[in-house]
Amino acid sequence: MRFRFTQAAIDVTKARLELLDSGAGGYVSFEGWVRDHNEGQEVVRLEYEAFQELAVKEGEQIIAEALGRFPVKHALCIHRVGTLALSERAVWVGVSSVHRGEAFDACRFIIDEVKHRVPIWKKEHYRNGDSGWVNCERCAAAPGIARGAALKHAHDDGRSREHHHEPAGSTSQK
Amino acid sequence: MQLKIQYYALMREQAGRSEEMLDTCAVTPADLYGELTTRYGFTLAPEQLKVAVNNEFSDWTRPLAAGDAVVFIPPVAGG
Repeated sequence: MRFRFTQAAIDVTKARLELLDSGAGGYVSFEGWVRDHNEGQEVVRLEYEAFQELAVKEGEQIIAEALGRFPVKHALCIHRVGTLALSERAVWVGVSSVHRGEAFDACRFIIDEVKHRVPIWKKEHYRNGDSGWVNCERCAAAPGIARGAALKHAHDDGRSREHHHEPAGSTSQK
Repeated sequence: MQLKIQYYALMREQAGRSEEMLDTCAVTPADLYGELTTRYGFTLAPEQLKVAVNNEFSDWTRPLAAGDAVVFIPPVAGG
C-alpha cells in the first residue's frame, strides 16, 4: 500500500527503503509535525482519527494521480492516528525520482491533496483545557454559508474543491 | 429499511456513538441526515459535509438500499 495509517511512530528509516530505485537520483520528503499553537491557542496534544476504509482508497488515488502527473519513480504516504505529543511526526510523504524538480512537485501535490481530500480529522487539545476539531485549512479562509441553504451545492460529485467550514465543534472540557 | 451508520470525529461526539443499525424511512442520504439531525442535534449543515455510502463518496440524492453503510464526513483536517 502506498498510502497507509499507523498507530505507532512513523519509521522513516524503514519507509524510505520502499522508495529506493537504482534509476532514481534522489528523494524528497515532507513531514508534518505536531505544533504547539494554532490560531492563537496553545496546543498541548493532538488526536487524529480516520475513516480508514475510505481514507486508504482516497490516499491511494492521490498517489496514483501524483505518479500519473509527475515523472517520478515511487511515492509513499504514511499518516498517524491516535494521540500525538508535541513535535511528533503526524504525516510523512516521500517521493523518489530521476531528477529533483518533479520529486518536489509530486511531494507537494500529495501532501496538499491529502490534507484536503482524505477523511482524517484532528482534535486539538489546548493548554486551557478546551479542545476542538480542526477544520481544513483551505476552507477556513472561505466565508461560511448560511445554514439551511439548498442542499444542491453539497459536494454532489464527492470531489468538489469547495468546502464550507465554520468554526465547528468547539467543546469545553473544563 | 435498516442501515448501518458510522460516526467519526465531531459527528461521533454529537451522536454519542461510533456506529448503529438504524431502521429508517429515509430514501436518500439527505433525508437520513435530516432525520439524524433531529435526533442528535448535529450542528454542521449538510453543505459542510460529504457523504459516503459503502465506503465510496456518494451523491446526497442517491437512493439508499437496505444494508447500506452510511458515513457523514465533516470537514477533514489531515496532515
